[in-house]
Amino acid sequence: MPDRKLAPGIKDAVEYKIALKKPDIFSLGNGVKVYNVQAGTEEVVQIEWVFKAGNWFDEKKNVSSAANFLIKNGTQKKSAYEINELVDFYGAYLNRNCSNETAVVTLHCLTRQLPQLLPLVRETFTEAVFPEEELLIFRQNMKQKLAVNLLKCDFVAGRKIDELLFGFKHPYGVYSIEEDYDAIQTEDLKRFYAKYYQEGNCTVFSAGILPKDYEQLMNQYFGDLPFNKTATEEITHPIFAADQKKWNIINDAEGVQGAIRIARPFPTRRHPDFPKVQVLNTLFGGFFGSRLMNNIREDKGYTYGIYSYLVNHIHAGAWMISTEAGRTVCEATVNEVYNEMKELREGDIDPEELLLVKNYLIGTLLGDLDGPFHIIGRWKNLILNGLDDSFFYQSVDTIKNIQTDELKELANKYLRPEDFYELVVV
Amino acid sequence: MIKFERFVLGNGLTVLVHPDPSTPMAVVNVLYDVGARDEVVSKTGFAHLFEHLMFGGSINIPDYDDPLQVAGGENNAYTTNDLTNYYCQLPADNLETAFWLESDRMLSLAFSKKSLDVQRKVVCEEFKEHYINKPYGDVWHTMRELAFKEHPYKWMTIGKELSHVENATLEDVKQFFFKHYTPVNAILVVAGNVTVEHVKELAEKWFGDIPSGEKYNRHLPEEPKQIEARRMTVHRNVPMDAIYKTWHMCARRDDDYYVTDLLTDILGGGASSRLYQSLVKEQQLFANINCYHFGSLDKGLLTIEGQLIQGVDIEKAEAAIELELDKVRKELLDERELQKVKNKTESIMAFEDMSVMNRAGSLAFYELLGDGELMNTEFQKYQEVKSEDLHRIANEVLTNENSNTLWYLSDKK
Repeated sequence: MPDRKLAPGIKDAVEYKIALKKPDIFSLGNGVKVYNVQAGTEEVVQIEWVFKAGNWFDEKKNVSSAANFLIKNGTQKKSAYEINELVDFYGAYLNRNCSNETAVVTLHCLTRQLPQLLPLVRETFTEAVFPEEELLIFRQNMKQKLAVNLLKCDFVAGRKIDELLFGFKHPYGVYSIEEDYDAIQTEDLKRFYAKYYQEGNCTVFSAGILPKDYEQLMNQYFGDLPFNKTATEEITHPIFAADQKKWNIINDAEGVQGAIRIARPFPTRRHPDFPKVQVLNTLFGGFFGSRLMNNIREDKGYTYGIYSYLVNHIHAGAWMISTEAGRTVCEATVNEVYNEMKELREGDIDPEELLLVKNYLIGTLLGDLDGPFHIIGRWKNLILNGLDDSFFYQSVDTIKNIQTDELKELANKYLRPEDFYELVVV
Repeated sequence: MIKFERFVLGNGLTVLVHPDPSTPMAVVNVLYDVGARDEVVSKTGFAHLFEHLMFGGSINIPDYDDPLQVAGGENNAYTTNDLTNYYCQLPADNLETAFWLESDRMLSLAFSKKSLDVQRKVVCEEFKEHYINKPYGDVWHTMRELAFKEHPYKWMTIGKELSHVENATLEDVKQFFFKHYTPVNAILVVAGNVTVEHVKELAEKWFGDIPSGEKYNRHLPEEPKQIEARRMTVHRNVPMDAIYKTWHMCARRDDDYYVTDLLTDILGGGASSRLYQSLVKEQQLFANINCYHFGSLDKGLLTIEGQLIQGVDIEKAEAAIELELDKVRKELLDERELQKVKNKTESIMAFEDMSVMNRAGSLAFYELLGDGELMNTEFQKYQEVKSEDLHRIANEVLTNENSNTLWYLSDKK
C-alpha cells in the first residue's frame, strides 16, 4: 500500500536542459529563405509563406486582410470553386491569416500530395484576379459577421482596449466599422496584391516529414518569382494612447456579464525586462494556478476564467488582464485585480510559489516543443522579430534563475494601478 | 500505426500504454464512462459540475493542481453528453506524480463544501458566458428539446437550467462519485516517454488497491422513431435570421456511421462542399452554412445550420436547402466527389494524431467504443463506403418526417 499522503519525489523541471532544435535553411534562386524542421511521426507537412503584407501597410482600411482572404478566390485560370475543389480533393487545407506586420498563406497536407498542390499555391501568388463577385460576397459576409460580433461584450471590449492603448489610427488599435467594407474596391486589392504579394517580401517556414526532393520542388515552383527584389519600405505609425483611463460601456442593457480589460503599455520583447516580466506575469495571471485565478475564480467564483498576458507585437506591446465576470461582481473583480497588484508590490513572494511557477513554465516549454509544428512556430516568432535562439535560451535562463526580490522590484515598476486603462463592457 | 499494449488490473481498471520515446513528456489520460446522458432530468448539468469538483481536492491530497504544476505538468478536462475525460502532461521523469494524483481522486474526493459552493458559481458564470450572454447561445438548448422527447440528449452538458446547478448538494456529489468514478468504469491511457513495465508497476502500486466498484450498466430511454416533421420559430435579439435543421442519425458504433459522416462532408464540409458552393457562393442566400454531427455514442443528430443574408426570405432559403438535399437523395454522386471526402478524412485523421496528448485521448475514446485498435483500422471502414451507401443513407435519414426545423429570427424588424 503506497503512502498516499506523501508526494512521490520529482525531478525539478528547472533541472532540465532545454534544446530548441535548429531548422535546416536553404535559399531559393530568388533569395527567398526556407526554414525547415524535419521531424514527426505522421506523413504530413505544414508550409507557411509569410509576406510582409499586414495591416501595417494599409493605405485604406481592411485592404490587406481582404487581399489575404481573397487571394485564393480566383486566378486567371481557375475559379474560386475550382481551387477549393482541388485543395479539398487532395485532402489539404489552404488557410490565410492576416495580422499586423505580416500576412500568411498556410498549406497543410499529406506529404505525398505536396507535388500536386504546390503549383496551385504558386498560381495564387502570381495570377490571383480578385473577381468583383467574390468581393461582393466577402463584403456582405464580413458585415454580417461584424453585426453579430458587436453584440458580444468581449468582442467590443477587445477592440476598445486596443484603441485606448494604441489609438484608432495605429494598426494595432484600428478596428472595422460596416462602411469600411463597402469602401474596398477590386482595384485596391489588385494594387496591394501586386506590390505586397506578386513582388512582395516572402519568407517560408515548413515542418513535418518533408519529401526528399523538397528543395528542388520549392525552387521549381517559387524560385523564379520576383520576391524580395526591393527592401520593404520603413513605415512608422505613431501611437496615440487615450487620456481617459477609466471606461464603462453599456453595449447590451440586458447583459448578464461584463467583459473586463485592464491594460498598460509595455515594451517589446527586445527590452531587458521582458523575459523577467514573463515570469512575473505567469505568477500573477498567466496560468491556471495564478494568483488572479486562485483568488477570483477558485476562491470567489466571480468568473469562469481570468488571465493576464503580455501583448507582444513587433513594434509595441502591452500588459493585459482579461476576463468576463458576472455583471453584479464586475466592480468587485476589478478591485481584486488591483489588490493582487498591491500584494505583489508590497508582499513577499514565497520561494515555493516561485519554484512552482518556474517548474510549470519549464514543463510547458518542454511540452510545447513536442512535434515539428510547435518547433517551427517558435522559430517563426524569433525570426520575424529579428531574433535568434539566443533570445530563447536567455528566456530559459531567466526562468531558471530569477529571484523573488527581482519580481517584487518589477511589480513596483510596472504593476501600478495609475498606469493602467480600465474598461468594463456590459 | 499507433502501437499500444493493454492490460487490466485485478479491480477491473483497463490500462493502455502507448510508448513514444521521441518526446521527453508523458501523458496520463483518464476517461470515465459517464456523461450528461447519465443524469436525471431534475438534476442536469451535474456530470460537468462534477468535473470541476474533481480539482477541489481528494481524500489524501488537498489540491490537485499545485503538486502537478510543481512537477512541471499541466492538465485539463472536458465533459460531453457521453463521457468525461481528464488529461495531464508532464516531464516523463515525474510520471509517478500523475499516478499519485489521479489514483487518489479515483479513490475518493475530499467532498469539500467550499469547493462545491465556489464551483457552482463558476459553472453558472460559464453557463452565462457561453449560452446566455452570446448571440444564438440558446440554439442547442432549444433544438435538443425539439428533437429529443425521451433520450437524455434532450439537454446540454452545461445543464437544462441554471437552477439545477445552483441547487446541487454535497449528497448528490457523493452519490454520483461512488456510482461512476470507479476502476471498472474508467479507462487509463499512459503515453509518451514511458515503458510498459514501468507503467504496469505504477498502475499496480497506485490504482491496484482501489475498490473496483460496480459496473454501471446504463438503461437509457430510447428515443422513439420520429414520424412527423417538427417545426419551431423563435424571435431573439440577433441581427440575422438563421435556420437550424436536424435529422436523427445512427449511433457511433453503427457501420452506417462512416457513411453518414462522409455524407455530412459532401453537404457541408469545407469550401467546395455542395451547400456552401450553391447557397453561399452561387445563390448568395446564406452568409455561412455548415453540415455536421457530434459523433454521439447513442443515436444523435445530423445538422445543417446557416445564417441568412440580410433581407432573404427564410422560406426561400429553406427551399434552397431542400433542393440540394433532393439531389443527394435522387442522384448517385460521382467517384471523384466520393474520393475527395475520403481523402479529407484520411488527412484529418493524420493531423489529429500529431501530438502525443491527442493520441492518448483518441486511444481512450476508441477503447470506450470497444477497442483501442479501431484507431488504426477505422479508416478502412471509410474506404469501403460506396456511392450507393451514401444514396441509401440520404434517403433514410434526410426525410421530412425525420426532420426538426428551427427558425431563429431576428426581432429587430
